[in-house]
Amino acid sequence: MNPLASIGSTFLGFLGAVGHLAVFAGTAVGHCVRPPVYPRLIGRQLLEIGYYSLPVVGLTTLFSGMVLALQSYTGFARFSAESAVATVVVLSMTRELAPVLAGLMVAGRVGAAMAAEIGTMRVTEQIDALTTLSTNPFKYLIAPRLIAGTISLPILVLIGDIIGVFGGYVVGVYKLDFNAGNYIQSTVQYLERMDVISGLVKAGVFGFIVSLMGCYHGYRSRGGAQGVGAATTNAVVTASIMILIANYVITELFFAR
Amino acid sequence: MTDQPKIRIRDLRKSFGRKVVLDGLDLDIGVAESVVVIGGSGTGKSVLLKCILGLMEPDSGVIEIDGRNVVGLPRAERETYMRKFGMLFQGGALFDSLPVWENVAFGLIQAQRMDKRRAREIAVAKLAQVGLGEDVSRLSPSELSGGMQKRVALARAIAAEPEIIFFDEPTTGLDPIMADVINDLIIKCVQELGASALSITHDMASARKIAHRVAMLYQGRIIWAGPVSDIDDSGNPYVDQFIHGRAEGPIQMAVRRD
Repeated sequence: MNPLASIGSTFLGFLGAVGHLAVFAGTAVGHCVRPPVYPRLIGRQLLEIGYYSLPVVGLTTLFSGMVLALQSYTGFARFSAESAVATVVVLSMTRELAPVLAGLMVAGRVGAAMAAEIGTMRVTEQIDALTTLSTNPFKYLIAPRLIAGTISLPILVLIGDIIGVFGGYVVGVYKLDFNAGNYIQSTVQYLERMDVISGLVKAGVFGFIVSLMGCYHGYRSRGGAQGVGAATTNAVVTASIMILIANYVITELFFAR
Repeated sequence: MTDQPKIRIRDLRKSFGRKVVLDGLDLDIGVAESVVVIGGSGTGKSVLLKCILGLMEPDSGVIEIDGRNVVGLPRAERETYMRKFGMLFQGGALFDSLPVWENVAFGLIQAQRMDKRRAREIAVAKLAQVGLGEDVSRLSPSELSGGMQKRVALARAIAAEPEIIFFDEPTTGLDPIMADVINDLIIKCVQELGASALSITHDMASARKIAHRVAMLYQGRIIWAGPVSDIDDSGNPYVDQFIHGRAEGPIQMAVRRD
């Protein structure tokens, strides 16, 4: 085939996919803000996305905080700036690491599960069955997941911030022989409210992205077990990439002054 | 008004890309009449059902329900028509996250906002109607055999007392005895509700049993329709070939999907 034609058709396919996703997202958000809402279903999703992700996010942020203290100490010791370790740990955790790591972990854990569940419902006609029982699948399946994702990730990240800083503290005090009081003081001294807030805003956006991609790929999956498998993979990959891109964009918006 | 059909379909067309699936289909289903559409695999029987149900938008044509054309209606208005429908899916399509009774009561709880306890009573009564005891109501759908899943799906389809019930290959994948049990249940349920029924199947034993009228779908059109008693002397070579299941005849099976 003509190489230009193949580039063109790939590009058109990409634009088509973006358009589908935009329409899907618009419809889904519309159903999130219009009644009826299903508090029970949102509660179940909060449990699934938020509560059950706590161990994963906790472990990830704990060890990130610990390794951060260790690494920045080795770096800063070379020009006698060891006292900056606590500040580096708390700023990196709240602004970057906690939201991004939590987002990626939740994308792997929850996004995949959502795509698989909704995809299976699609190929076994359960989504059609919802419609024939006068229940809108966007309201019943997708809106609760989007709402729960957007709410629960900031909460997870706030907890992750605390655990990560604690991880840095443990390494700093028990391994690197910092004075506990000094460490805590320099942790809070240079921390601004905006550092935490920007991280939580990121988390909200990432939570929305994870749920959206999980639902979108599940909802559009076709063709049996293989289709559901592909949907699961696509949900995790696209969510991860979009999280990393959105991370840059939000950072730019918050701190480009 | 009594001679107004429950569903009246005129010149229904639907294509996927270059593949024409429905090519000007006409069909009437009367009040309390049971119509069975027969036809080979891939002739568009499921597409026909999905168009009537509003799961798919036809390219053109008219689908009148109680005299009102529903093609192109906005989604919210379309949903009020959905309440007249019950549907038995080929694979059952039970919600595996919910126990059996909540599956049956789903339409009552979600769409009609019925009190849970009352919905449960109705669900148990509907399950009894299809020959399942109360002990089944607490099980999860994955714990049931294929025949029992079909029965639960049937109970769910009739739970909201629909005016029109659709059956998508109701006996596929069942042994002949269970298939006959399901056929009997379908006849009983449809009669008790006084509902109209549209079934699609390629199981001739089932079609002969549950149909008042049979219509044969071939190449996107109804090529023959008539009372079930006429099916053996339809005078139509396509129908003859189909009901006797002969490989030789005017219908050439496409080996490849295109």
